[in-house]
Amino acid sequence: MDINNILITSGAIGGVGLTCGTALALAAKFLAVKEDPRVEAMDEILPGANCGGCGFAGCADYAKAVVLDGAAINLCAPGGNEVLELIAEAMGQEASAEEKRVAVVMCAGDSEKAPRKHLYNGVADCTAAAAVAGGDKLCKYGCLGYGSCARVCPSGAIEFKNGVAIVHPDLCISCSACVRACPRNLIKMVPVSKTIHVVCSSKDKGPIVKKACQVGCIGCRMCLKLAGDAFEMEGFLALRNYDIPVENELIVEKCPGKCIVKCGASEAPSPEATEPTPSEPSTEPAEATTEGQT
Amino acid sequence: MKATKAKFKFDGGIHPAYHKELARDRAIETMPIPALLRVSMSQHLGAPAKPLVKKGDTVKRGQCIGEAAGFISAAVHAPTSGTIKEVGTAPTAMGTSAAFIAIEPDGEDAWIEGLEGIADWQNADTKALIAKVAAAGIAGMGGAGFPTNVKLSPPPDKPIDTLILNGAECEPYLTADHRLMVEHAEQIWTGCQIVRKVLGAKHVHIAIEDNKPEAIAAMEQAMEGADDDASISILKTEYPQGAEKQQIYATTGREVPSGGLPMDVGCVVENVGTTLAVWDAVVNGKPLTERVTTVTGMPVSEPKNVLGRIGIPYSDLLDFCGGLKADVAKIISGGPMMGLAQPGLDATTTKTTSGLLFLAPQETQTFRSMPCIACGRCVGACPMYLVPAELSQMLEAEDYEAAEELNVLDCIECGCCAFACPAHRPLVQHMKQGKSKVMLKRRQAQKK
Repeated sequence: MDINNILITSGAIGGVGLTCGTALALAAKFLAVKEDPRVEAMDEILPGANCGGCGFAGCADYAKAVVLDGAAINLCAPGGNEVLELIAEAMGQEASAEEKRVAVVMCAGDSEKAPRKHLYNGVADCTAAAAVAGGDKLCKYGCLGYGSCARVCPSGAIEFKNGVAIVHPDLCISCSACVRACPRNLIKMVPVSKTIHVVCSSKDKGPIVKKACQVGCIGCRMCLKLAGDAFEMEGFLALRNYDIPVENELIVEKCPGKCIVKCGASEAPSPEATEPTPSEPSTEPAEATTEGQT
Repeated sequence: MKATKAKFKFDGGIHPAYHKELARDRAIETMPIPALLRVSMSQHLGAPAKPLVKKGDTVKRGQCIGEAAGFISAAVHAPTSGTIKEVGTAPTAMGTSAAFIAIEPDGEDAWIEGLEGIADWQNADTKALIAKVAAAGIAGMGGAGFPTNVKLSPPPDKPIDTLILNGAECEPYLTADHRLMVEHAEQIWTGCQIVRKVLGAKHVHIAIEDNKPEAIAAMEQAMEGADDDASISILKTEYPQGAEKQQIYATTGREVPSGGLPMDVGCVVENVGTTLAVWDAVVNGKPLTERVTTVTGMPVSEPKNVLGRIGIPYSDLLDFCGGLKADVAKIISGGPMMGLAQPGLDATTTKTTSGLLFLAPQETQTFRSMPCIACGRCVGACPMYLVPAELSQMLEAEDYEAAEELNVLDCIECGCCAFACPAHRPLVQHMKQGKSKVMLKRRQAQKK
């Protein structure tokens, strides 16, 4: 083979490479987009989870918003107080530390305790399941268990135990994605130090709740009697008022609906914490918690 | 007047097992009024009607108990005379809860006074005819429940030259429209002429699938002496031949543009049951208070075509058909392709309940959905030229913008894709969910 062929080819390709390289180098110099170094620094501070919990498209977007548009500095939930302090320092603002909030599923009606009314054999998605005859659970407020929340969780904090979602507070990064994903609005963000919850969201009257679930709030107001202002009623549903500590923890055992549970700070709320014994039929309504239902 | 084979055939479609023999030859039977009627306020597409009565009121048959709330809405009338037991909410066949009015019949079944028809409808004012239809609360009885008076008032820039009477009844099992055409052909034809006059449509096509020769013969007889612009269009039996857009193509060769309505191509499609209701409303002045529902399926003792009042609980409807003789695995309100699975028999009939279907365990299967194997059978089956395989994967990944670009909103939810899929993917369920998400996004964008 003629050596010239190789030389010409190498020369041509080398020439093209050199020209393009020079053009790119010049372009990088003259057409460079000027970026605020503060934005870059801020981007470094943020955890890079891109969870969207702050309401912006991702960490980079939030960094820009904080530096250039003066967005609030305390929106990064996954970062917690550490990141908040760093942002405050960078921005020269005062950091007002807030307690970390974690997601808690306000339903404990697993497949043993809350019967299903029909067999659903469609798309495994809570919204889709809820669209067929109002969901396959007898309780029209309860967790459907098709995992819409777990799919959106960026940190894999949601587990399904026996057909009901459970959030592990250790893994939860407070982004609230699951709160938005749940078609039944069962998930609430609560301060991480609070360990007593009303894990029911049924607004139905006692007898209906009793039929639909073994661990449901029947609206008996027992918790209000025992623990005062730490609980409040919304219709037939007891709600935990997290601003006020529960002084009388007896309520966890006494709750006739077995839906008030206590769990350690690092422990996922689970009805196992208060093993529901086949309770004597109470004519009184009991309690539960909630959140709006769509 | 002539009966001819339709010149065109839509692309795609499937051939499910029809099982029409179960109820095809059963003459329509009138069901006695049950002990309680629950009348939903949301029987049509659009805003639910506003209840006009309260607990304890006495009503007569045909009395308006719910007034239309908004432009796209329909009035609801008392299906019999009696006392209002309750005004509240109850589960509907859609799986949601809606406002309803419970009526305890007094047994007299007396009509309200002052209902008058327009005997001389040929020379009546168009507006008066439309008002009669609106006052009767008629909504499309084929299933979608679009308020008929709205359909009869197209905007002036969309002239209608063709009226298509939909007697295809392509849903398997259902025979209600078939029996209506066999037994009430003359009234349907009169109703059709009324609608034709209102719309000013030159051409009329009565579209019937070729598996209903009796209905074709009955309509031919009723239309004897009709002008040359009226014809019976015999369609090939194939699902979804009764879908509006497919039917327009099959009878006229016109294609409704993406996102458009039949009136964009000068057509209006009316179900035969709706036309019968129009006849009753205009000629006799009677509001829509009853309809024919096919109660059928292998486990039903006596499958029947039942003429029943609106608001009959499904359980009473089944009792009238002799109850069950075998195990039931699935209950569907409507036909098997587009009907809605029911968790029980609590819901009540509405203006759009064309059937109540019971399926035996051997007729139903529970599938595990498998990954798409890209075979393209759904593409071949889709009558709307969509690519369900691609769309369903996009929707699974929640990429609604891409799905919107691929025209997910054109999906008519006929279920052909899911029927054809060898991997048993829940394609049509993905589409339904995707459509509602895309619509939601659009509405949110509009609000902003």
